[in-house]
Order: sequence, then C-alpha cells, then structure tokens
Amino acid sequence: MQRFALATAFSLLTLAAASAQAVEYSQVQADKSAIHFTYKQMGVAVDGKFKKFASVLSFDPAKPTAAKATFDVDLGSVDTGAAEGDQEVAGKAWFNTKAFPSARFVSGTVKPLGGNKYEVAGQLSIKGKTQDVVVPATFTPNGNSGVFDGSFTIRRADFSIGEGSWAKFDIVANDVVIKFRITAASK
Amino acid sequence: MATHYTKTAKSLHWLMAVLLFGLLALGFYMQDLPLSPEKLKLYSWHKWAGVTAFLLVLARLGWRVTHVPPALPATMPKLMQLAAHAGHLALYGLMLAIPLSGWLMSSAKGFQTVWFGVLPIPDLLDKNKEVGDLLQTVHQGLNLLFVATLAAHIGAALKHHFIDKDDILTRMLPQPAKEI
Repeated sequence: MQRFALATAFSLLTLAAASAQAVEYSQVQADKSAIHFTYKQMGVAVDGKFKKFASVLSFDPAKPTAAKATFDVDLGSVDTGAAEGDQEVAGKAWFNTKAFPSARFVSGTVKPLGGNKYEVAGQLSIKGKTQDVVVPATFTPNGNSGVFDGSFTIRRADFSIGEGSWAKFDIVANDVVIKFRITAASK
Repeated sequence: MATHYTKTAKSLHWLMAVLLFGLLALGFYMQDLPLSPEKLKLYSWHKWAGVTAFLLVLARLGWRVTHVPPALPATMPKLMQLAAHAGHLALYGLMLAIPLSGWLMSSAKGFQTVWFGVLPIPDLLDKNKEVGDLLQTVHQGLNLLFVATLAAHIGAALKHHFIDKDDILTRMLPQPAKEI
C-alpha cells in the first residue's frame, strides 16, 4: 500500500514536472467552481454565494506573471440563504441589479510568492465603482486541471452596497469576505 | 401539605409568562415585516429570548422533579384532574420543543444562534433550504398549538377561581404577607 502510494506520488510528481513546461489552464469548469461570501450580521457570521459567473482565465505555472483573469459575476444570482434576502440585495439600496447586473474583476499584475502561492492585483467593479484589490490565491494542480483557491476582504461601503437604512454597520458589518474556488482544465 | 407553590416556582412561572407572551407577540409580529435592519435585530432578540426561555424551562423542570406541587382539590372529578395533568405536560413539552425547533430552524437556514451576540449555540443541522422551510412550519405549528394550550390553561385557571371558587389560581399568586 505504502509502496503503491509512493509510486503514485512519484508518477504524479514527474507528471507535474513534465507538464510544468507549458500547460495553460484556461478552461474554467463552472460545476467545480464557486464564489462564496461571508459577512457578519449582529456579530454572527452568515454565508452566501453567487450561483452564476463567467470567467476568462489563462494561467501557466511556468509563467505566472503572464497570467490573466477576468470574472463577471451575475449579481442577480445571489443566494443569501433567504428568498427575501435575495430580493432585498437585488434592490436599489444594495446591488441595484437593474442598473448594474454584474460585478467584474480584472486581473493586473500577478506576483508569485513561492510554492503554490500567488498574489493577484486587480480591479473590482461593483455598482459603478471601481476599487483596487489584492487577491491572495493558491494553485493546486490536479490531473489535467488545477484549482485556484483564495479569499479577500472588501468593504461594502466602498461600493455603496447597502445604502439608506442599511448604511450603518451595527446590523450588517462593512467587511465582506469573498471566497472563491475556481477549477480550470488545461487545453 | 403545601397549599401554595414555592416562591421559586411562582417567580419562574410569572417570569416565563411575561417572557413567553413577549416571545409569541414578537414572533407573530416580526415574520411579516419587510426586510430591514430592524427586522434582523428583532429576529436576533427573539432568538436570544428563546434561548433564555429554554434555560428557564429547564430550571422549572429542575424545580418540578425536586418538589411536590400542591395537590389538586379533591372536589375535582378524576377526568378533570387527568386533563389538568395532561395540559401541564403539554405546556412543558411545548416549552421545550418550541425553542428547540427554532434553534434547529435557524441552523438549517444558515443563521447561527449566538446568545446575546456572545455565546454561539452550535449548529446541529447543516444549511439546507428544504429542512429549514420544514422546521419553520413546525415552529409555527407548535406555536399555534401553544397559543391554544395557553388559552385553555388561562381559561381553566379563571374558571377555577371564579366558578369553582377554589385555590387553583391563588396558590400561584404572591401570598399576602399576613398569611405567611
């Protein structure tokens, strides 16, 4: 069993080494990818997710600085865990999805941090407002696909998400953690 | 034979009476409100009060198993005595089941209960919409049953006091100082 595991690990390593040359991961697999968010409601962590997003991605572990990523998140596909919550955040005070149906992230420079860690600088646009964000991410190759994992924190007020009676942070906190897992296959 | 409930039992009974009427009123009121920061606040308060009520009913059960409550009047027909015991059993059952169903519903809906925003109550159920909706129906149903049982409880107490003219109601009321 142990020998088998070793052999498997070895063959995976050689496979990874061989493929590290010029494998570009670019085929995002929607069914194995997810964008979640977590915020605090009266001090209690609450999770949600976006069910639909489109992405264009190219990442070659041998040339990480050349990597590019664009995400368009369908804000109407939000799942807050409650139907009335989904309706509310689509409204004017929150995302105002009628005027701003999607959020967009466009990557800028990609900095390898050693190992499988990377730092992706980019611009995040929501509700007509654009902010610079830095997104730490890891990349884990897995057969002929690879998984990008990461999370970063935005402040909802920076994007006017939750205006009017929601503008104070005593009930819904300002910080929102965006967590993602993107699986992409190589060509 | 004791003719009155103890001070502890009376305090717990009336404290819970006030708390449970507040919880019921808040629960029925808040569910139809449009979503607002106010509504989220009320939900949190309702959940905190619910946890408190659950702990108080545990204290009452603790009292109940270590004390013998005053006996029912001998003039009461056997069937009525049986009904009284069944009624109290139902009240206790509902006072336990209602907060439990509320807590499980919150878990299934993905909104953890954190007592007074400080003490997290573990989520026993994973987030699941269908289970959450089912538990919401259960929580509502149990509360409607509770309202009916409470109406019978109050009606019976008043009937004992004004029609039967026995001590069923007064033995749960504060004792005048001179009698002690």
